[in-house]
Amino acid sequence: MFDISPTEWTAVLLSLRVAVVATLVATPIGIGVAWLLARGRFWGKPLFDALIYLPLVLPPVVTGYLLLLLLGRRGLVGAWLADHLGIVFAFRWTGAALACGVMSFPLLVRPIRLSIEAIDRRLEQAASTLGASPWKVFFTVTLPLALPGILAGMVLGFAKAIGEFGATITFVSNIPGETQTISSAIYSLIQTPDGDTAALRLVIVSVVIATAALVACEVFAWRATQRLHGH
Amino acid sequence: MLRVDVAKRLGAFTLEVAFASEGRVTGLFGASGAGKTSLVSMIAGLVTPDRGTIAIDGDVLDDSTQHLHIPAHRRRIGYVFQDARLFPHLDVRKNLDYGRRMNGLARDPAQEERVTGLLNIGHLLDRRTGSLSGGERQRVALGRALLARPRLLLLDEPLGSLDQERKAEILPYLTRLRDEVGIPMVYVSHDPDELRLLASQVAVLKGGRIVSFGGTDVLPA
Repeated sequence: MFDISPTEWTAVLLSLRVAVVATLVATPIGIGVAWLLARGRFWGKPLFDALIYLPLVLPPVVTGYLLLLLLGRRGLVGAWLADHLGIVFAFRWTGAALACGVMSFPLLVRPIRLSIEAIDRRLEQAASTLGASPWKVFFTVTLPLALPGILAGMVLGFAKAIGEFGATITFVSNIPGETQTISSAIYSLIQTPDGDTAALRLVIVSVVIATAALVACEVFAWRATQRLHGH
Repeated sequence: MLRVDVAKRLGAFTLEVAFASEGRVTGLFGASGAGKTSLVSMIAGLVTPDRGTIAIDGDVLDDSTQHLHIPAHRRRIGYVFQDARLFPHLDVRKNLDYGRRMNGLARDPAQEERVTGLLNIGHLLDRRTGSLSGGERQRVALGRALLARPRLLLLDEPLGSLDQERKAEILPYLTRLRDEVGIPMVYVSHDPDELRLLASQVAVLKGGRIVSFGGTDVLPA
């Protein structure tokens, strides 16, 4: 039963790579967006807010299709990127990472936004009277104080990215070794006669990864919160 | 010398204040809601006045006619808040060192030792801020403001959140501060006794206006 085949391993490792890259690239962008949503006052903010949360409520296949229209080899932006910069997302693992990043973005942003909103802004004022410029205030006070939310967002985003299916398979298909993640591998296996045992193995692997991520999230958040209360 | 001549509308309340102080400790006296904190926030640069000027020793920090407003972080004005506002993610030592790091100043162990000695906080350096008592927090906040080497120190009811016993514990440190550290101070309080002990000049604030200005004799008995 637990004899995981090389193809299955490939899917597991690819999923991990896709989810890690998606999370690492999305985190700095997510922090910026969360800051804008928490603190920014600008025209069209409700629309921007809705746009960020859109992947959460749209059917994943719609998000995947929109990505294909936009960033596919002949897409509006995709064609330009391919011709001028040589960047191709379609049917590549980077495209899978992009789809996962987009799909997990709302889950990544929300805890960060909440933790920035919860920061006592009087601490930031105190920092500025001590000579810290707005950027220094951000990096030495705001960011460390938002750390529990950032970690929670990263773990949630990672867990979502590793399980993403609909948008990924629509955008980059299901190519073993290139874009076949755990989810699409399971999907293929249960379409195949006698694939059940292999599918079940991958199901167990994904349950283990997701549980580990959630436990890690709890531990990080607890430690960071302790620190923030000055203990 | 601190010169202030400002007006600011805050909702239904209007603050309109002008004074020039020469003394080592200028007291701002008034009941809560008199506009003391708003005034001090303007001097610190945290709030921009609608109209008027603020200057220290001829260095203009605010001038509405020139659209000049030096932001708080470039004023070199220390601010000790009623609620200390220590950074919870840093230990006491890093809280004390924060201003020096932000201003890119060189380390000065002699000065650090003098300030920690003066405020008797040397034994707290490795503690987390969450484990400090109210009086200890306020002493660390004072040290943190001093070590940023300000040219003016604003103290906004630094004893306001402490009980009588703790106040009696901190007051001697404040008089030592006044006598041993050559930094002019603006001291905000609603307690006439505190100001009689510490201030050399007093402005009495009421409803957003200065109703009297002079020596400690302008304070109510």
